[in-house]
Amino acid sequence: MVLATIFESGVGIKFYMLLATALFVIGAFGVIYRKNAIILLMCIELMLNAANLLLVAFSTYFGKADGQLFVFFIMVVAAAEATVGLSILVLVFRNARSVDIRLFNKLKD
Amino acid sequence: MSTELIIATVLGGLTIGSALMVVLSHHPVRSVLYLIVTFFLITANYVLMNAQFIAIVNIIVYAGAIMVLFLFVLMLLNLSKEDEPRSSLFMKVAAALAGGVLFLVLFAALKDAAIFAPQLATPHDESMGLVKNLGHLLFTKYVLPFEISSILFIAAMVGAVLLAKRDKQIIE
Repeated sequence: MVLATIFESGVGIKFYMLLATALFVIGAFGVIYRKNAIILLMCIELMLNAANLLLVAFSTYFGKADGQLFVFFIMVVAAAEATVGLSILVLVFRNARSVDIRLFNKLKD
Repeated sequence: MSTELIIATVLGGLTIGSALMVVLSHHPVRSVLYLIVTFFLITANYVLMNAQFIAIVNIIVYAGAIMVLFLFVLMLLNLSKEDEPRSSLFMKVAAALAGGVLFLVLFAALKDAAIFAPQLATPHDESMGLVKNLGHLLFTKYVLPFEISSILFIAAMVGAVLLAKRDKQIIE
């Protein structure tokens, strides 16, 4: 018999919940840990991917395709976010010759 | 232990490892390359979960488009290792503590979550993640979000072009 999904072969949904949590936490950790603004954007991509992974896992688990479509929409938003974020970064770099995220502290003063 | 469990565990471990290397490696280009590896591993997870269309789109959009954009900007800015901004030791310890505590809380909350086994009328449909099924759903039930996302794309494109232009060109 061919198993229809991975969840019928002993891999629980909790495994993917743990994996997605770990990926999300690594992304959040990176946002605090690194000061390079480009790597901060990459960590945000990592967090979005953790959400995607969990959506796909539950979509397969419950046998509904809606979750996978939401992953599609998240990818659209992530692409738009990366484009605008990187162009803002290029603009900041042109003015300050640095990609340090602490440059944005100037907005406070 | 079944073969699937071993494959899933190894894939999950590799995913977490390469994700950690994204954050911990000092050279930005190396971070981007590790992020590409992470995206490919996540794609392998999607394939394991019968989400074939999402797997392909993940490679095309993330590993193809977004990562090329990141690499391009990194090369354009031409950052060397000395330009890399460093965070203080206090900040590093605080980040590790905050990440660890967040993981602990989320994991503890999710560990005992009661997830009901799915009540499926029919056995699992293997063609669920294929483009035919998803496309049908996208153009019937989710056609409005689909159209709105196209507007979002146009707004992002115009915004990026306007931002990246030099000031003088905008005035003229």
